Amino acid sequence: MKYVVLIYSNPATWETMPSAERDRVLSIHNRLIRELSESGELLRVDGLAHPTNTRTVRLRDGQPVVTDGPFSEAKEQLAGVWAIECDSVERAIEIGAPVAEYDTVEIRQLMDLSGLEM
Amino acid sequence: MDEAVEDLLRQLAPQVLGALVRQYGQFDASEDAVQEALLAAAVQWPKDGVPESPRGWLITVAGRRLTDQLRRESARRHREERAAALAIPDEPLAPAADDGPRRDADDTLTLLFLCCHPALTPASQIALTLRAVGGLTTLQIARAFLVPEATMAQRISRAKASIRSAGAQFSLPPASERAERLRAVLHVLYLVFNEGYTATSGTELQRADLTTEAIRLVRDLHRLLPDDGEVAGLLALMLLTDARRPTRSRPDGSLIPLAEQDRDHWDRRAIDEGVALVTETLARAPIGPYQVQAAIAAVHDEAARAADTDWPQIVVLYELLERLAPNPMVTLNHAVALAMVGGPAAGLDKLRALDGDERVAGHHRVDAVRAHLLEMAGDFEGAHASYRSAARRTTSLPEQRYLEERAARVAGRPKPRSPRR
Repeated sequence: MKYVVLIYSNPATWETMPSAERDRVLSIHNRLIRELSESGELLRVDGLAHPTNTRTVRLRDGQPVVTDGPFSEAKEQLAGVWAIECDSVERAIEIGAPVAEYDTVEIRQLMDLSGLEM
Repeated sequence: MDEAVEDLLRQLAPQVLGALVRQYGQFDASEDAVQEALLAAAVQWPKDGVPESPRGWLITVAGRRLTDQLRRESARRHREERAAALAIPDEPLAPAADDGPRRDADDTLTLLFLCCHPALTPASQIALTLRAVGGLTTLQIARAFLVPEATMAQRISRAKASIRSAGAQFSLPPASERAERLRAVLHVLYLVFNEGYTATSGTELQRADLTTEAIRLVRDLHRLLPDDGEVAGLLALMLLTDARRPTRSRPDGSLIPLAEQDRDHWDRRAIDEGVALVTETLARAPIGPYQVQAAIAAVHDEAARAADTDWPQIVVLYELLERLAPNPMVTLNHAVALAMVGGPAAGLDKLRALDGDERVAGHHRVDAVRAHLLEMAGDFEGAHASYRSAARRTTSLPEQRYLEERAARVAGRPKPRSPRR
């Protein structure tokens, strides 16, 4: 099954984190990415730029209306997206857990185009 | 690539690999060398013509790649350890005199067992089987499974590492383990087939090739083990299922239920072959789950119209299957068959057996079957709720679309005065 692991993060938490602690947390990320890539479970990994770089667009009367900044006012913003393929949601949770120390991790299963007639 | 050349290469792949592994004992490196030789042949043969002995050509080229690599490694070790180099034959390997069809057959069988070794994850078993036995390239396998090539390459090398660390040998499993290991091989081939069969048309044509590949591999296996009833059963099941593939979805990818499929476009030749195979097998071999599933598929395929389906026969077969291989998905299908014979209440009764079964708790198929049965019973409100619930739970876009359409169809229908309960 294919999943995305969505990492929501409060930029303020990271900005005020002591650098040794930041290094420790990032090393956990890096180790996990290396392990997933070796196990053949990692499809893709991306980190997202700081929310200040976000543009939000809506189409109004056929015209795009663009605002600077993220869609939601929430403190925690999407910061990373991993695409993985593994055997169960339990395994997906196991993969996401180590990076959820400061951040919130959401596991979402991807829809696929295969299907059984019923 | 030239289709005849590709077919020839795929057929020779396991034979060449078998010859190399027997000579050098290194499955991992030999497998890489064979892939390189296959790629070289795929470029050269269509241009220069197929060599007189294609098998010998491949063994020579793969053998040369392998000895080059072993020599490089041994030179490196030599430098590092100042130790004696491994003894590597200087001459490229020529086909040995004792290489006969029997040996090739044993090699293919041994490779299948090795690639489906229990130390591997299912994803790795599938990837390695398709490459080492099927002769597919990593890129072809990656495309079929919709993952990046690097991910698939990693699964293959991981699979080979697991085989190495499990200490698996290139030999047939001992007789005491043979039956269980064969079940694992059949399951892997079944998964490959399903991966291709469930693909809806149009967008995922390359995935559909997986059904062809699975059928080819099971056909080979059936040739090697003609007396095994379950190998024959799986081949029959695949043929009888694949026969309906052209009619199971519309060009836009939406699903067509069995009862509404255009039976004139079912593959008659595949059906005839599958029916003959399952009939002959049921008469002589010990019964097994694949044979029973093939028999059920045969009953469906032999009905000229959906209304002609011999449902009582299907009920009997599901009773048998539930005894042989109990599993909630079998219970679900059994419930549908019971409803077709005895009315929706009989099916809903059967469905209650799954209440509290953790294996299918929250599974969309349970809701989908319940929805169909409630619709049959005239409980449109209940059907609507179950269709909606199933549509939310499925992770398949075509299934979701189908379930939402059914939900819309029953919405607001008045409750009949005398429901068929």
